[in-house]
Amino acid sequence: MLQLWCFWCIKMKLDRKQVEHVAWLARLGLDEAEIEKFAVELSNILENFEILDQVDTADVSPATHAVPLQSVFREDQSSPSYPQSDILTNAPREEENCFKVKPVLE
Amino acid sequence: MELTKATLERIADIEDKIHAYVTITEDIALRQAEEADDCIRSGNITLLAGVPVLIKDVICTKGIRTTCSSKMLENFIPPYDATVMKKLKAQKTVILGKGNMDEFAMGSSTEHSAFFPTRNPWNLSCVPGGSSGGPAAAVVNNEAIYAIGSDTGGSIRQPAGFCGVVGLKPTYGRVSRFGLVAFASSLDQIGPITKDVTDCALVMNAIAGYDPMDSTSVSYPVPDYTSCLNRDLKGLHIGIPKEYFVEGMQEGVKSALEAAIKKLKELGAEIDWEASLPSTKYALAVYYIVAPSEASANLARYDGVKYGFSEQKASSVIEAMEKTRQLGFGSEVKRRIMLGTYALSAGYYDAYYLKAQKVRTLIEQEFEQAFEKYDALVTPTSPTVAFKLGEKLEDPMQMYLSDVCTLPINIAGVPAVSVPAGFVAGLPVGMQIIGKPFSEETILHIAFAYEQATDWHKREPKI
Repeated sequence: MLQLWCFWCIKMKLDRKQVEHVAWLARLGLDEAEIEKFAVELSNILENFEILDQVDTADVSPATHAVPLQSVFREDQSSPSYPQSDILTNAPREEENCFKVKPVLE
Repeated sequence: MELTKATLERIADIEDKIHAYVTITEDIALRQAEEADDCIRSGNITLLAGVPVLIKDVICTKGIRTTCSSKMLENFIPPYDATVMKKLKAQKTVILGKGNMDEFAMGSSTEHSAFFPTRNPWNLSCVPGGSSGGPAAAVVNNEAIYAIGSDTGGSIRQPAGFCGVVGLKPTYGRVSRFGLVAFASSLDQIGPITKDVTDCALVMNAIAGYDPMDSTSVSYPVPDYTSCLNRDLKGLHIGIPKEYFVEGMQEGVKSALEAAIKKLKELGAEIDWEASLPSTKYALAVYYIVAPSEASANLARYDGVKYGFSEQKASSVIEAMEKTRQLGFGSEVKRRIMLGTYALSAGYYDAYYLKAQKVRTLIEQEFEQAFEKYDALVTPTSPTVAFKLGEKLEDPMQMYLSDVCTLPINIAGVPAVSVPAGFVAGLPVGMQIIGKPFSEETILHIAFAYEQATDWHKREPKI
């Protein structure tokens, strides 16, 4: 049984700690059950990605757009933006025409 | 006006069985119908004037709540219209409301909507497909005359196939993405969901074209998509890529497709059963690296500060963000944010995202080579017909596999249309026709010829 458990640990690509680290990078709060669930599910999905190791991509450049595009330049003309009041309509909290957040500095 | 009233009545009668709509905008629809009538009376007629449309709830509609079927945007009212909305409004179309979908377009069954699942009008215990499940179900059920969806890995074509309607994913860059809430920016594309191919061509005439607000849209001339619709397929070479007749494919879907392809041959097309796209087997892995990676970056904007859901029971600005995102996003969205953040994180970027983008180049090149020989490729839209609600909800890999025939097309950026091609056990089968970049005319031509030679598109669910 212990052997089986160890085998499972080795097989799992993501452990709890890594899941917590990735969640931190994504600023995504997770509860205990979610951490456990994602460790298993994401390991499983990542394993399915190993198929790409079979492909030789040494001389291949990464994809950009479906059709070759050239950069285009437009005239540097100013145009009106959206009114401040429109943009603030959806703000959860605002004060003096600004988005309001919790204090950033102590 | 009569058409709008009739459609609104149909919605009132049937919607509690289907749940295709997140928001119904009856007042706006009646006002727009009146305006459209005025235009028609004054001789100012456009082809979509007065025709009622359902908009997938991922496309920004000025003054109308746009939720992405997420708690995160439950009360979000966009201050601007998407470019497609501006174009449709210029045509005096009538907006019936916003269509249910998988949260942030992530899913293949519409069960990942934060509000409620949509049901398949052909069988209420089955899913309508996804993520544009609401729009596809509404169109086949006469709760809308046509709909506008979005497609990142099959989200227009797969539900169109499951519901027995026509769904087109245009070439990447053909339709402006401005105002489409971003999921995976290098794969997303807006397109029509319609009752038949002619309607599809008409809607494309209205929405296609370059837009300075979307730097990835392409200034390739927009043809009249209705001019290519004729019944003869003589001189067209169609390849059948064998890799799309996958293991685990339903026998009934396979035989329906074989019959449909024979029909294309009768109509004059030359069929090559031995076409091959060998890298197809890598497409699923490429997609589920690229799409979540881009999604994790795009969805970083939901921080509870500028708009959307916000949880402030927290001791710091960072904790407030974490809680906002924990409570605002559903499980599939979280799964993909986690997957994408991992694939982009330090030490893994080269192994996952960069590797996937390189394999993506190979997949694109295989399509290019195939289109040197063929005018179009034909495959099933999905390996199965619509599955039962709940059947794949607990197994993300099984759910992802239901898009195995559609997502390579987004990876390559080429256009593809799904048309009704038969039934298995009372549920529709979709045939996918794939073309080279900007050859929407060719695939609509093939779709039209097939549709006119069959009557699948005329059948309606008895509900």
